[in-house]
Amino acid sequence: MRAVWILWLRQLKRYSRSRSRIVGSLGQPILFLFGLGFGFGPVFARAGNGNYMEFVAPGIIAMAIIFTAVFGGIEMIWDRQFGFLKETLVAPVPRLAIVLGRTLGGATVALLQGLIVFVICLAAGFRIHHPLLLPIALAFMGLISMVFTAIGTAIGSVLRDMQGFQLILNFLVLPLFFFSNALFPVAGLPAPLRVVVLLNPLSYGVAGMRQAFAGGTGFDMLTDFVVLGTAAVVLLGISSFLFSRIEA
Amino acid sequence: MLLQSECKSQSILGGSDVAKSYHRPICRSREGGIATPGGLIESAVNMESMIEVRDLVKVFGSFTAVDQICFNVPEGSIRAFLGPNGAGKTTTIKMLTTVLAPTAGRIRIAGHDPVRQPMLVRRAFGIVFQDPSLDDELTGLENLALHAALYGVPRKEQGQRIEALLGFVGLWERRNDYVKQYSGGMKRRLEIARAFLHQPRLLFLDEPTLGLDPQTRSHIWEFVKGLAKEQSVTVFFTTHAMEEAERVADDITVIDHGKIVAEGTAAALKQATGTASLEEAFIALTGRNIREDEASPADRMRMMRRAWRGR
Repeated sequence: MRAVWILWLRQLKRYSRSRSRIVGSLGQPILFLFGLGFGFGPVFARAGNGNYMEFVAPGIIAMAIIFTAVFGGIEMIWDRQFGFLKETLVAPVPRLAIVLGRTLGGATVALLQGLIVFVICLAAGFRIHHPLLLPIALAFMGLISMVFTAIGTAIGSVLRDMQGFQLILNFLVLPLFFFSNALFPVAGLPAPLRVVVLLNPLSYGVAGMRQAFAGGTGFDMLTDFVVLGTAAVVLLGISSFLFSRIEA
Repeated sequence: MLLQSECKSQSILGGSDVAKSYHRPICRSREGGIATPGGLIESAVNMESMIEVRDLVKVFGSFTAVDQICFNVPEGSIRAFLGPNGAGKTTTIKMLTTVLAPTAGRIRIAGHDPVRQPMLVRRAFGIVFQDPSLDDELTGLENLALHAALYGVPRKEQGQRIEALLGFVGLWERRNDYVKQYSGGMKRRLEIARAFLHQPRLLFLDEPTLGLDPQTRSHIWEFVKGLAKEQSVTVFFTTHAMEEAERVADDITVIDHGKIVAEGTAAALKQATGTASLEEAFIALTGRNIREDEASPADRMRMMRRAWRGR
């Protein structure tokens, strides 16, 4: 377990030392928050859906999380190419411990990034209704981080170099973001799109966060939690399996 | 002739006639004669061999990278593993160090099987890879602390060992600098210190002096020989620098086209090939053709990184 801890710590150290990366990866969510949040606000209100900022802020937080998480997982390709991965592969440590340490580390970094965006959202006028439910919102953020870091780790275990970077961005990460309930409500979507959105684990995370922030409780949130938690476990299993098959 | 049946590799010598005149079956214990038709008497071999390789094969698709090789490395000795590019050196080391599964054959590292008992094998060896394997974003000290945690070095001893090793390789003063600020030679020294940190019985060095200047190379070999002697560690290394092999190694094993083509002391190889230097002996054994290495993904990545980071 010392191995899990030290690999987790490594990810955090690397994160805290790359200030330009922290700031750089905030650009996109902030752009979305202000561009969409203020741009669509009036339309959203006129359509009778209420405050768009309140609706979209959890989606934007999720966006910051999934981008950081997926690319944090894929970062393993760099480790693989520049050798550090080998140091862990020949260590007398089960591969599962390595995956866990990396994934927990990457997820923690993604969560921190999400928290920064949360604070920015507050500054932009986003309001939470029940501060007591904040831990639940945090739990959802944590689960989203785990799910998507595991996806990144799985991809990183399969890819050998960064050639597929654009492919992953445009055909995986962006679709996962757009075909979820992060930017628009599910109600009223065409049926096929609705199915896609409901198959996307991110939708459950965003729905859970939204409810927690808005002060709702109940069955829905529990469902969201179970679905997301299951997805996290399954994806962690898949990424461990793929990671264990890496040959140096 | 009894021994000939033990390992097929000796009947398919690498095309060099001269090799046949002195090449003796490698697939036997160094003292000879312990082999039986049914196989080697295991205990006898395990007692004395840190590395024991029998009929090892690795096939990638239709390409046979390692073709039924056999050799032993006795405990406490220093062995150079030589061969042209693409001869199968790194593939062999990968199989010995548990990161690549052999297609066939048998390996024992400190008496353990890398396929079945990878954890025992991993605990037994330390390695310096051909490419640096440090985390550039961490300090020298942090890299060693990470290694200590991965290898379960007792916390009480950790600080002391790290201080001693960093002192030995002359990096104690720079311990809190990021590794990205280290020179190539410093990185190598740090990796060597790291490889000794968990007190392995066996050390693998895959071209540890590649791209280093003569001063640094000479230093590094001093460190390795010093540490290996002090801690009675067996050393198995590859290099393209023949004078290093001659100066450092007790014995030399030459591999080409995936097969062992010769084994012995530098003097024996020179004598057998009728050459004056190990370099000439090496060329006599492996031919003059220049081997092409394909650009690996790592090379491409290096180019990309340069482009990305070249602010």
